[in-house]
Amino acid sequence: MNRINSLFAAKGNKRILSIYFTAGYPTLDSTLDIAEALEQSGADFLEIGFPYSDPVADGPVIQHSSEVALKNGMTLALLFDQLKVLRQRVTIPVLLMGYVNPVLQYGIERFCRDCRAAGVDGVIVPDLPMDEYETHYRDIFQENGLSNIFLVTPQTTEVRIRKIDQLSTGFIYLLSSSATTGKNLTVSESTDAYFARIQRMELTNPVVIGFGISDRQAFVRATDFADGAIVGSAFVRLLGEVDYLEKIPEFIRQLKP
Amino acid sequence: MSKYQVNEKGYYGNFGGAYIPEMLYPNVEELRQQYLTIMQRPDFRAEFNQLLKDYVGRPSPLYLARRLSERYKANVFLKREDLNHTGAHKINNTIGQILLAERLGKKRIIAETGAGQHGVATATVCALKGLECVVYMGAVDIERQAPNVARMKMMGAEVVAANSGSKTLKDATNEALRDWINNPVDTHYIIGSVVGPHPYPDMVARFQSVISEETKRQLLEQTGRENPDFAIACVGGGSNAIGMFYHFLDEPTVRLVAVEAAGLGVESGESAATTALGREGVLHGSRSILMQTADGQVVEPYSISAGLDYPGIGPQHAWLYTSGRAQYSSITDDEAMKAGLLLTRLEGIIPAIESAHALAQLEKMTFRKDDNVVVCLSGRGDKDLDNYMKYFGF
Repeated sequence: MNRINSLFAAKGNKRILSIYFTAGYPTLDSTLDIAEALEQSGADFLEIGFPYSDPVADGPVIQHSSEVALKNGMTLALLFDQLKVLRQRVTIPVLLMGYVNPVLQYGIERFCRDCRAAGVDGVIVPDLPMDEYETHYRDIFQENGLSNIFLVTPQTTEVRIRKIDQLSTGFIYLLSSSATTGKNLTVSESTDAYFARIQRMELTNPVVIGFGISDRQAFVRATDFADGAIVGSAFVRLLGEVDYLEKIPEFIRQLKP
Repeated sequence: MSKYQVNEKGYYGNFGGAYIPEMLYPNVEELRQQYLTIMQRPDFRAEFNQLLKDYVGRPSPLYLARRLSERYKANVFLKREDLNHTGAHKINNTIGQILLAERLGKKRIIAETGAGQHGVATATVCALKGLECVVYMGAVDIERQAPNVARMKMMGAEVVAANSGSKTLKDATNEALRDWINNPVDTHYIIGSVVGPHPYPDMVARFQSVISEETKRQLLEQTGRENPDFAIACVGGGSNAIGMFYHFLDEPTVRLVAVEAAGLGVESGESAATTALGREGVLHGSRSILMQTADGQVVEPYSISAGLDYPGIGPQHAWLYTSGRAQYSSITDDEAMKAGLLLTRLEGIIPAIESAHALAQLEKMTFRKDDNVVVCLSGRGDKDLDNYMKYFGF
């Protein structure tokens, strides 16, 4: 049982808050300072993005952070170097999130080993197909104690959601709508119906809702139906401001009831 | 089944697949399940063939270029895709995909474009069918390809500037994929080349395969032999080349030559010669050969020809290259421009700069005098007049 499983087991359904940010943004060495500030401010777990030149699932805010991070010189090798002291500074679960090509170039085995060595608990790679994962990568992930997180959208069929539930070992990442990141969730009867439909499926894995969660109202709405919710673009936007580290506690306080 | 065609899992050897986020899965899966069935339906075949004939103007001529033949001491034939409606091979694919989209009940069409040829071909078929059309085009390309932007707008398409990344073709493709993620139900994405997640590379290849299908028939009529000794075509993503090679893949006597853009030179740092400079990687939904940094970030390619400066090649090309079935070479800007002018002076045909790369390859080859050599003249040069004028100082 890794830190992710423990978190969900211990907290039960208590509005778990996860924050996403891009490694190397706004500065090359800001990664761990931000992670530490988030834990101290009350975030329950973290998703650290590793930047890619062509992030097709991301909207303008995270695209921009990736571009800046790459210009700053962020690479997977450098990120793992920074993460060597991760567990001296951060105790909450940490996932890495990014696109498949940098992982393939780094080497999938090396990537998984380095995740384990750094104390990373899980990985989200949106463009790694489920079949590929199952056939080629599942064993390596499991040997290294890594949860691989799959996405579910309003268009994902029930059969496929059941399959995803079977393959998942941490939680299921439920998208608030089929969208790129950073579009505000519009609360409507249809999103409620969709969240409720997933809730009624009684999946074995916890469900965390992400994409479009930018304020307390959306966070509460999402966690009425799910175990937790993820805030990404809204937080990355904060990182673009001056004195962003000092503003993190207030940002978290605004989100969490 | 040919070992050079896609297998049931969507792969060509190690290449291909569908590396897409879950948001794209339902649309791509719908397409995967239906494209072959729809393409084989009699109503589809009939309308596709009729439009290719009466609207596009097919079959395109296979022209024995006499003065070019004298120069290269072989029978050099040009497959005249430049004479198609809208001026290039791109329309073969957009006609096919619009008929497919219609039968899938889609109401809205999106596309990416580099130089604007595929965008124009898409806007054209959307006008033909009265469907809403949005074309993503890099902000940099919008600046340098104004006539094609005007053509798209005149046909009623909305042209949206891609302002992310390097603001060129690869970024326009990213924006189109993002649009598709955000419009998961009523929209069909008409990809312009043999790239993207399975089934796109196979689907586009099938629509472009009319090029080699006609070539076979025309060669038989004109020479008594249906197979050429050489088939030569330029490669950006690689759709005209796949179309030119398609019916010759399992004919081992036909030598297939794919020509990439070397830009200022393969080693100059300003090049688009993907097989020479790339490594295996994933971009835009498929595993192929990709120009990238050691860290896996995609490198922006360069060529004087906007249609060839794509950092990858289609997965089938990656397989034809690694399996050795086709030969991949590259041609610099200078060599291509000279070949473009040469064809103009010898045959009175102004080729697209993309196609001029394939023509320049003739200079580098030696033939026997009765060899039949087919070059795919993928597009006409009207769109490139500015570039030609500037380059030669006319």
